[in-house]
Amino acid sequence: MKVTATTLDIKQLEAEATDKTVLGFWTYLMTDCVLFASLFAVYAVLHGNTYGGPNGHELFKLPYVLLETMVLLTSSFSCGLALLAAQKRNRSQVLLWLGVTALLGLTFLGLELSEFRHMVLEGNSWRRSGFLSSYFTLVGTHGLHITIGLIWLTVTAVFIRSRGLTDSLLKRLTLFSLFWHFLDVIWIFIFTIVYLYGSLNV
Amino acid sequence: MFAGLLGRLSWHQLPKVPITQIGAITVVLGVVALAVLITLLGRWKWLWREWLTTQDPKKIGVMYIVVSVVMLLRGLGDAAMMRVQQATAAGSSPGIVSSDTFQQVVSAHGTIMIFFVGMGLMFGLINLVLPLQIGARDVAFPFLNATSFWLFVAGMALINFSLLIGDFSAAGWLAYPPLSELKYSPGVGVDYWIWALQISGIGSMLSGINFLTTILKMRAAGMTLMKMPMFAWSVFASMSLVAFAFPILTVTLALLALDRTLGMHFFTAGAGGNAMMYVNLIWAWGHPEVYILVLPAFGIYSEVVATFARKKLFGYVSMVWAIWGIVVLSFTVWLHHFFTMGAGSDVNAFFGITTGIIAIPTGVKIFNWLFTMYRGRISFKSPMLWFMGFVVIFTIGGVMGVLMSVPAIDYQVHNSLFLVAHFHMMIVGGVVFGYFAGITYWFPKIFGFRLHEGLGKLAFWFWAVGFCLAFLPLYILGLMGATRRLDHYDASLGWQPLFIVAGFGLILVLIGVGFQVLQFVVSIWQREQRLDLTGDPWDGRTLEWSVPSPAPFYNFTHLPVVTERDQFWVDKQAGISKTRKFEDILLPKNSGLSVVVGLLAFLFGFGMVWHIYWLALLALLALVTTLIVRASNPEPEYILTAKEVEKIDNALRRRKQVV
Repeated sequence: MKVTATTLDIKQLEAEATDKTVLGFWTYLMTDCVLFASLFAVYAVLHGNTYGGPNGHELFKLPYVLLETMVLLTSSFSCGLALLAAQKRNRSQVLLWLGVTALLGLTFLGLELSEFRHMVLEGNSWRRSGFLSSYFTLVGTHGLHITIGLIWLTVTAVFIRSRGLTDSLLKRLTLFSLFWHFLDVIWIFIFTIVYLYGSLNV
Repeated sequence: MFAGLLGRLSWHQLPKVPITQIGAITVVLGVVALAVLITLLGRWKWLWREWLTTQDPKKIGVMYIVVSVVMLLRGLGDAAMMRVQQATAAGSSPGIVSSDTFQQVVSAHGTIMIFFVGMGLMFGLINLVLPLQIGARDVAFPFLNATSFWLFVAGMALINFSLLIGDFSAAGWLAYPPLSELKYSPGVGVDYWIWALQISGIGSMLSGINFLTTILKMRAAGMTLMKMPMFAWSVFASMSLVAFAFPILTVTLALLALDRTLGMHFFTAGAGGNAMMYVNLIWAWGHPEVYILVLPAFGIYSEVVATFARKKLFGYVSMVWAIWGIVVLSFTVWLHHFFTMGAGSDVNAFFGITTGIIAIPTGVKIFNWLFTMYRGRISFKSPMLWFMGFVVIFTIGGVMGVLMSVPAIDYQVHNSLFLVAHFHMMIVGGVVFGYFAGITYWFPKIFGFRLHEGLGKLAFWFWAVGFCLAFLPLYILGLMGATRRLDHYDASLGWQPLFIVAGFGLILVLIGVGFQVLQFVVSIWQREQRLDLTGDPWDGRTLEWSVPSPAPFYNFTHLPVVTERDQFWVDKQAGISKTRKFEDILLPKNSGLSVVVGLLAFLFGFGMVWHIYWLALLALLALVTTLIVRASNPEPEYILTAKEVEKIDNALRRRKQVV
């Protein structure tokens, strides 16, 4: 903000603005939660509709998914470290941990895409059955969120590099970390409901 | 090779049916005439600076209402076509349009009236009034607010583009599969429907988040939740519903789009799809949507009744509980839209009972309004007339709704004109009348002069009588077995006289609309005679009447402090006049980026509809870039100093003395 002679308490106003943004962002996350809940419900309805195609038990490889899970959870940890460093105003450490987070996020995305590719090449694409449509859409929507998160992360990191840890960037970093942790929680549900439950031979 | 670049788009897609050609020509001529007019008046720069790029919620509200009124006229045009068709298409007469065109008209009518009239008027009024009413200068996220509006415009533009090129969905306003699947609707119509709603729906969801935050974080000092005006409460409840329901719509539309473009099998008839899942999902959004629209109208009625009965609102606390009761219940009734799905008697009984229960909080509200009127000194101004028309029509429609909540009865009238009559009584009688009352009531606050009362009253009477004539016959027709979306029937059924009566009713409604248009024209023409110099033309009760009319762009010279409900009324009674104080004000700068976002969203949608994927991708990339540009702007605000505020305020006061 430009320095103008004013009676306004700029610090106070900025604190209020942050307050609003955080509440607004939480509300957004809740709407996103409803979005995923709808996709989970759709998956729950369609997971048995394999239409003669493979079911989860035949498709999912748990150790591979566990690897994906570990990569994503670790990225959440490094994101937390970035936020801690930001609160200590240590810019180089922030950038370091953000870099690690981005790398892990990319790895997760790569693992997921290669899993998808594998399935499609075996003839089990989203066109195969209602079950596979809902599987690809649910997991893919999470992947899409991760992609958006990675773009956000990159943009924020570039700004932090060029402008330093300003208040507004710190706020954005906080919001990003909320988003990233939220995606972690969603993944835990995907891991449990889609993969663990789907691997049971029932 | 270049043909591939345009996806499905070609010259053959220009309209061939005469009625659609007339529609297309009207749209093109309208837009061209508007552009020429603006150019002749040399107003482009002014339009861009003062309106299109504005972040002032009052101006955004006005733009919402202007767009919605234009869409209302289009929706009424569709309605007129349906009435003419059904009044004439008996026996050997085929009526005026083909079956396919008729289905498109029906689908467009429903879609436009709900998404681009109902939602638009609602967000318009909320933008106009909510910040003023809670003693705030702005909404929580001004840029997001403008962006929501432009997404709404993008959706609106897309749906009207279907008149110009291609055709519109013929699958009904909710596009049930498998009919709406690629196999049975291979054209672009359903895609237009999907992307118009998806784009404007995302805008609505963002608005919901915005207004929720505004209410929770920006109320005037001392205004606890239980001291909020009832309109603010109703917006709070409605926006909570938006936040919970619209993500479901986003998902449902996305899944249908995936079915149609990527060959998935969510709702297809074969390959493991489940069409009834779509119906469940769309109504899990759709039923709350009804309350999203009607709750703010209830809020408006509460303000109008208290003001024109000159009494405080009866049963404030019970009103609040009734609103939230409706919010919770609205998520538990969706299955009553398809009792005939065959979910079994236990499930149907559950949803039948929850549906019946909704009548209780709604009844509480009706009685509260009636008791507010009781022994009040009622002045029968036109907003009050709209309210009283609402009570009658909405109660009749509501009782019919309770009747249909009994599954056994619903089996008889499902998908019939009985249902059509019921929900029009709820949505026109409840929602539209409420928004008309709101527009008349708050018009002077925004523009500084009142609307012509006599013409407003005439408009009301033509609307109310015409509406009853248009829809009461449909109850009877429904019981006689007439189904909805009927484009032709056998003459021996004896339905034609009733359809002709309904058509006559619509003519009266159209005359009423004519009076409304005339009301605007005459009022603007003679505005000097109707100036509101006090800022309080109706002897109002809430904070918006404490500022001058038209409300200045910063709303309040200094932020109010509240100790009571209806603070402004209490102050007036105690003879306390507002002290003059001025302070520096932080305000958002204008931004053209919201317009850019809307334009890119439109191009994205257009690309998706016509399978021009390079265009969709480019638009998406540009959209991301736009958002990054916005994120890189460190100075989105400016300071208006106390001196400048005082100057503007003095000018407003001088105007009062001069006249």
